[in-house]
Amino acid sequence: MSHPIVSVKTYATVFFALLVLTITTVAVSKLDLGEYNFVAAMTIAVVKGTLVVAFFMDVRRASSMTKLFVAAGLFWLAILLVFLLSDYLSRGWLPAGHWL
Amino acid sequence: MRSTLTDPATTAITLTEHAPELRHHFDDAPQQLESSTLGMWVFLVTEIMFFGGMFGSYMVYRNLYPEAFASASHSMNLFIGAINTGVLIFSSFTMVLAVRSAQLGQKKALIVFLILTLILGCVFLGLKATEYHDKWVEHHIPGPGFQYADARYFHQAQILFFLYFAMTGMHAIHMIVGAGLLITLIVMAARNRFSVAWYTPVEIIGLYWHFVDIVWIFLFPLLYLIGNTK
Repeated sequence: MSHPIVSVKTYATVFFALLVLTITTVAVSKLDLGEYNFVAAMTIAVVKGTLVVAFFMDVRRASSMTKLFVAAGLFWLAILLVFLLSDYLSRGWLPAGHWL
Repeated sequence: MRSTLTDPATTAITLTEHAPELRHHFDDAPQQLESSTLGMWVFLVTEIMFFGGMFGSYMVYRNLYPEAFASASHSMNLFIGAINTGVLIFSSFTMVLAVRSAQLGQKKALIVFLILTLILGCVFLGLKATEYHDKWVEHHIPGPGFQYADARYFHQAQILFFLYFAMTGMHAIHMIVGAGLLITLIVMAARNRFSVAWYTPVEIIGLYWHFVDIVWIFLFPLLYLIGNTK
C-alpha cells in the first residue's frame, strides 16, 4: 500500500532461484562430503528461507518493528537449539567418576 | 462510523471523515495494514517456536544416532519429496502473484491465482498421502507393526520415522488449514469484499502460506537427504 508494487519479473526471478537451489541441494546430497553435507544442506535451506522471507513475505520493505519481531523470533529459536545442543554435545566431556 | 451522540456540534468535533475500509482507531490505511502484518508476525513467531521444539528433538536424536538416521532417511521417497518441494515453492509464487493482483485491484487475476495456489496445495497433500500409504505398506510406521530391513537400527530408526510423521503431519495440518483459508479468500474475492484500498486478509494469509513453505524448505533436506551418499 505504502510501497510500490513489485514486478512479476522480480517474483519470477526469486521463484526460479528457489527451484535452482532445490535442485542444487539434491545434487550436493549425492556427493560424499562427510560433515559438510549437513553444512551445505542447511546453508542452502537458510538461503532459500531468507529469499522467501525477504521477497515473498516482503520483510525487506517491512517496518523496523516487524523486522525486530522476526529477528526476535529467530533469536529465541537460536537460544532453544544452541542451548539444547550445548547440553547434549558436552555430555561425557568431564571424566564422570572423578568429578561427580 | 455512526455516532450515538445527539448533539451535532459535538459530533463534528470528535469524528473526522475517513474511508469506509479504515477503522477509526487507526490514523491511516498504512498504519492499519502495518498493525495486521505485525499481529500476523507475532503469531508466526509462536509457530517458529512450536516447530522449533520438533526441530530441537530431531537435532538431539540425530546427534545421538547418526547412522540409524542416515539409514532410515535413505528409505524415504526422494523423488516425491523433491517434487513436493517444487510444488510448494510454485504455490508460494502463485500466492505472491495473488497478493500482487489484490494490490492492483484485479479481481479476476486474484481469484485465478488463489485457485491455482489451492490446487497446488492439494497436489502437495495428495503426494504426501501417497507417501504415507507407502510407509504403511512397507511397515515403516513406528509401533507394534514396525519392520526394518537392517536389524541393527530396528529401535533407533523408529525414532526418525516417528519424527517424520510428527513433523510432516503437523506441516500437513498447517497445509489443510491454509487450504481452508484460501477457500475463504476465494469466496470473499468473488463477493467483491476486496479493493485496492483494503485487501488485508489476502496479505496476511499470504504470510501464513509462505511460512508453511519455509517449514517444508527445512524439513526436506533434514528428512530426505541425509542418507543419500550411502
